[in-house]
Amino acid sequence: MKVPFEKLDKAFENRLRLQIMSVLMVNDRYDFNSLKELLDTTDGNLASHLKGLEKEEYIVVHKAFLGRKPNTTYESTEKGKKAFKQHLDALEQLIKQQKTN
Amino acid sequence: MEEKEIQNELASIRNLMERSSKFISLSGLSGILAGVYALIGAALAYNILYIRTPEISHVPIDNSAPVTGLFYGGSYRMLEWQLIAIAFVVLLASVITGIVLSYRKAKRKGQPIWGKTSRSLAFYMATPLVTGGLLILVFIYRGHYSIVAPASLIFYGLSLVGASNFTFTDVKYLGLCDIILGLVTACLPGYGLLFWAIGFGVLHIIYGSMMYLKYDR
Repeated sequence: MKVPFEKLDKAFENRLRLQIMSVLMVNDRYDFNSLKELLDTTDGNLASHLKGLEKEEYIVVHKAFLGRKPNTTYESTEKGKKAFKQHLDALEQLIKQQKTN
Repeated sequence: MEEKEIQNELASIRNLMERSSKFISLSGLSGILAGVYALIGAALAYNILYIRTPEISHVPIDNSAPVTGLFYGGSYRMLEWQLIAIAFVVLLASVITGIVLSYRKAKRKGQPIWGKTSRSLAFYMATPLVTGGLLILVFIYRGHYSIVAPASLIFYGLSLVGASNFTFTDVKYLGLCDIILGLVTACLPGYGLLFWAIGFGVLHIIYGSMMYLKYDR
C-alpha cells in the first residue's frame, strides 16, 4: 500500500512550525513573548519560522504597542487551519497504514 | 517517518494545545483546603449567631425586611463586623492557599504561574467576583442581609463558569452547582448559612478531592 507522504504539508516539516500552528489553533491570538516562553526557543529561531508561516499565509501578524513596548501578536488564518487539519489527518493515516502493514 | 515519531509528534501537539490555552496547574488540594476553611468559618459564624448571642437567635438573620442597627443597639453592628471579618479571613486564606499550591504545581509542570493562561483565568474569575462582592457590601450597608448567602454563591458560581474556559472543564460543573444552590438559597430564607456551608465547604472538598485524584498526582 502506498503511504501518502505527499499529503503531508511541507510547511509543517519543521517541528517548531507545527507547534506554533497548534498553539494558534486553540487560541485566537498569541503574542511573541508568550510563544517564546511556551515553546522554549530563541528569538531568532521563532521569528524565522513565524516568517515562514506568514509567507504561506497560514498566519497573520498584528503589530501593536503596549505603552512604548511593541507587542506583536499572531493569529491563524482559515487557510492555515485547513492546512493544519489536513496535515494531522495525513499523520493519522500514516499511523493506520503502518499498523495494517 | 517512524510510527513512534509520528505518535510523539501528535502527543506534543495535544500537549501544546492544552498548555497554551488552559491553566492546568490549578491545585486540587487547595480546593480541599478552601472547603475546610469555609466549614470552619461557617462553624464560627454559627457559634456567634446562634450560641454566643442567644438573645438574638430568634431573629431570622435572613429576614428580607431591612433591619436597622439601632434596633439591636451597638451589639448588632459588632456582630455584623465579626461576620464580615470571618468571611474576609476565609476568602483571604483560600486565595493565598490557592496561589501558593498552584505556584508549586506550576513549577513542577514547567508552566509559568503568571503567563497568558493564568492572566485570563484571573481576569474572568475576578470580574464576577468583584462585582458580586461589592454588590453584597452595598446591600449589607443598606440592611438587606438575606442577599449575602445566595448572592455570594451565585456570583462565585458565575466566576467559576467563566474561568472554566481557561482551566479544567470540571470547574464548570462546580460553578453550575454553586449557581443552582444559590438560587435555591434565595427561595429558602433562614437557611443561608447552611447552604453557604454546603456550597463553599462541602462542594469544594468534593471537587477538590476529585481534581486532586485526577490531576495532581
